[in-house]
Amino acid sequence: MHIDIDEIAKEFGPTTALHPVSLAIPSGALVALLGPSGSGKTTLLRILGGLEFPSSGRVLFDGQDATGLSVQERRAGFVFQSYALFRHMTVFENIAYGLKARPRATRPPKAEIARRVTKLLDLIQLPQIAQRYPSQLSGGQRQRVALARALAIEPRMLLLDEPFGALDAKVRKELRQGLRDIHDETGLTTVFVTHDQEEAMELADLVVVMSMGRIEQIGRPQDIRAHPSTPFVKSFIAA
Amino acid sequence: MSELTLVRHPAVTEAPPARRVLIGLAFATLALFVFAPLAVVFAEALAKGAGAALQSLASPDARAAIRLTLTVAAIAVPVNAAFGIAAAWFLTKFDFPGKAFLITLIDLPFSVSPVVAGLCLVLLFGANATLGGWLVASGHPVIFALPGIVLATLFVTFPFVARELIPVMVEQGRAEEEAALTLGAGGWRVFRTVTLPNIRWALLYGVLLANARAMGEFGAVAVVSGKIRGQTATMPITIEMMYNEYLSVSAFSLAACLSALALLTLLVKTLLERLHARRTQG
Repeated sequence: MHIDIDEIAKEFGPTTALHPVSLAIPSGALVALLGPSGSGKTTLLRILGGLEFPSSGRVLFDGQDATGLSVQERRAGFVFQSYALFRHMTVFENIAYGLKARPRATRPPKAEIARRVTKLLDLIQLPQIAQRYPSQLSGGQRQRVALARALAIEPRMLLLDEPFGALDAKVRKELRQGLRDIHDETGLTTVFVTHDQEEAMELADLVVVMSMGRIEQIGRPQDIRAHPSTPFVKSFIAA
Repeated sequence: MSELTLVRHPAVTEAPPARRVLIGLAFATLALFVFAPLAVVFAEALAKGAGAALQSLASPDARAAIRLTLTVAAIAVPVNAAFGIAAAWFLTKFDFPGKAFLITLIDLPFSVSPVVAGLCLVLLFGANATLGGWLVASGHPVIFALPGIVLATLFVTFPFVARELIPVMVEQGRAEEEAALTLGAGGWRVFRTVTLPNIRWALLYGVLLANARAMGEFGAVAVVSGKIRGQTATMPITIEMMYNEYLSVSAFSLAACLSALALLTLLVKTLLERLHARRTQG
């Protein structure tokens, strides 16, 4: 699914989080929103997911206006910064949550839910942990469970907020590859937020550099490296 | 084993005798101010034997008082649980101007004297007030009747549930609820399957505290109830009236009954805490 962000702006009271920004995300792309904290990248991601609504501007999914769609109607697989796993549910129940939450008419039968959860656990290469609780998992395992939970709803796109932020360097490298593999396997349009320029450059097809609520540059990693368009981009990717 | 030896510094530096004296003092204080009064209540209740105590509890006035207190608690506690959840939810999940003021307002019943709260209700709903006069005329008196007692109890127990829930909900943030929303769950489902399970222990704790206070409240209820024996006299009020009439066995039997209800609440609370501790470890 391709996503068009058309002149989206967002104000929180007197503060402006996003000046009007526009961005076209091609179907199946893996896109990084890169920028320092306060650059508006998370706000933009949350607007895509339907967790915030823009003060002005439109969001289009496959050319259709989706600005007014509720968070449930968006069907966006969202991975939160600290993963936000349901602490009182097992890994199995966490992953099955989105399927069980469907209206009765489209809810798969129990056996089908179990089958899909097992398949997702295989996909994230953690087939043994179905009956564990989130508190019993390592940081890397939690991140992968959060990913599986987001994928369970058969999302139209995958949105990840600092998916590697809470992990140590070694696990981070492994999981980067894991996300790349899952993206390539599912073909889902994927947008992730990061403040780590190395991570954005290594993982993404398209990097969107943001600062102070504005998009500074959009481009392929190698193009941004070779031709930083503003002094900010130049200094930020050199850091 | 390594050569390194860890030198352990004790957490307390007082000499053992001093420590024993301090601990002894603490226990003595507890015994004098908490345990002794409780023991005296039960001793006085049983002064003329268990038969006399039970007989006084079976008297119409005592039975009416027990029934009234349980009725008031049965209404006030669930209502406050619902409002407490709503208030805590609203205050922790949304940002809006005046939030700090509203949080302070929730604590008001803790800082206002219950007698003052009772008087406010009388001013508002008494027969001489516009609203109260209309209610009395239409056959629904509030003051000197059950609704007034329930309102007074609601007022004094309002902070308990919200106060327990707010810190827990602040600490847990909104992320889990937002995650459930992105997974397609509607508002009610999110509340039922995510919010409520996460706050259930704090909620139970708040409900138990509110229940203890609802059964024991004297000041606010005394003002609005009118102390009509057998009709609007709750357990604490009946106890006071009996005591003033030198019916010490009756007064202390009812007091022992009220204490037993409080002890039961404490016991339930302790058991729940144990259970909770075991769950979170496992």
